[in-house]
Amino acid sequence: MSDVIQRLTRKQIAARIAADIPDGSYVNLGIGAPTEVANCLPSGITIILHTENGLLGMGPTPPPGAEDPDLINAGKQYVTANPGAAYFHHADSFAMMRGGHLDYCVLGAYQVSITGDLANWHTGAADAIPAVGGAMDLAIGAKSVFVMMDLLTKAGKSKLVSRCTSPLTGIGCVKRVYTDHAIFDITPQGTVARDLVPGLTFEALEKLCGVPLRRGT
Amino acid sequence: MNKICHSLGEAVADVPDGASIMIGGFGDAGVPFEAIDALIAQGAKELTIISNNAGTGDQGIAALIGLGRVRKIVCSFPRQADSKAFDERYLSGELTLELVPQGNLAERIRAAGAGIGAFFTPTGYGTLLAEGKETREIGGRNYVLEYPIAADYALIKADRADPLGNLVYRKTARNFGPVMATAAACTIAQVAEVVAVGDLDPEAVVTPGIFVKRVVAVKPDHPRA
Repeated sequence: MSDVIQRLTRKQIAARIAADIPDGSYVNLGIGAPTEVANCLPSGITIILHTENGLLGMGPTPPPGAEDPDLINAGKQYVTANPGAAYFHHADSFAMMRGGHLDYCVLGAYQVSITGDLANWHTGAADAIPAVGGAMDLAIGAKSVFVMMDLLTKAGKSKLVSRCTSPLTGIGCVKRVYTDHAIFDITPQGTVARDLVPGLTFEALEKLCGVPLRRGT
Repeated sequence: MNKICHSLGEAVADVPDGASIMIGGFGDAGVPFEAIDALIAQGAKELTIISNNAGTGDQGIAALIGLGRVRKIVCSFPRQADSKAFDERYLSGELTLELVPQGNLAERIRAAGAGIGAFFTPTGYGTLLAEGKETREIGGRNYVLEYPIAADYALIKADRADPLGNLVYRKTARNFGPVMATAAACTIAQVAEVVAVGDLDPEAVVTPGIFVKRVVAVKPDHPRA
């Protein structure tokens, strides 16, 4: 009988990501699950958060009653500006991405391929109304693109794939994938699986993913 | 020189049918709701709208679309929780959509304002949104050729202006305002306050007045959805 796989919660995945972001980094957190990373950043270090709509130095949610309609994040939620923050227009904001000035971004995904292709903007359904926002700019812009996602779809299919079937956001852009089962490093030598959760063997993970993996430490 | 208009109605009076109009804003921040209301009252139709979003609820761009005034929209993020007006007219085929990655939208607008003929960007390479576009490998990286987006008018919202059209913005409401101001033949800025010439610190001016044709003071009291 095999052990029960102790999958990570969203908060635990976020904490793993936060622990890997070094002091002094400029970071963009995508909308949705990645915003949880902000709540897990260790105190005592300086991480400057970028939001694509024109703010570096984004702070936490304001207390009730202190919301400012002119101060929102990319997900259109109310935020605050930390001391030392800066506002800028959209062309500058996307120059920060495209120009390679951001150290890290963390994005959600529908699929990631073992060569680092990312699909996260369009399900591919014929009747879907498309919307892309800054996803494609972020995917090719940050120095390191991390993906945060559950390994499996609700139907139990691996979101780590040999080739994306959903429309692509960017090609070969993902460096690392943090999931509820393991961390995957996308390298020129292949995809390395490491930090498997308790109860999960490498062989069982390979079977879940259905793609060739290398054994990490 | 005095660019102050007494009303938004006066500022948008000459917008013809078929005009292309940039509209500032991201989410609700920086959306010139009152200027859009004036455009609705003015009646221009067959419009091409260039904006990040396609409006939500029944206000702003959503109201323009709902009234059937918009022929085409160029934007990055039309689908939202409450983008019913867009969804209906898009799915029925009445409204044409040009979907543009957000950074490409900003840069294409910037390029128009800066007199750039076209530019190569890595954003979107190999995706559906670059299909049919010219590509080039430069220094080992793949790029897509993108063309500028100019417009007949820009409706933007700033915080303060002087009669020369110099603008300062407020927080993340700045978003597309400064680039759109450069790319339209006629930029109309609605502002919360007009101050005297000399009262804006020249070091702090974000949009120099050369990019702005008309300024209207609007009390910031528009109800939000």
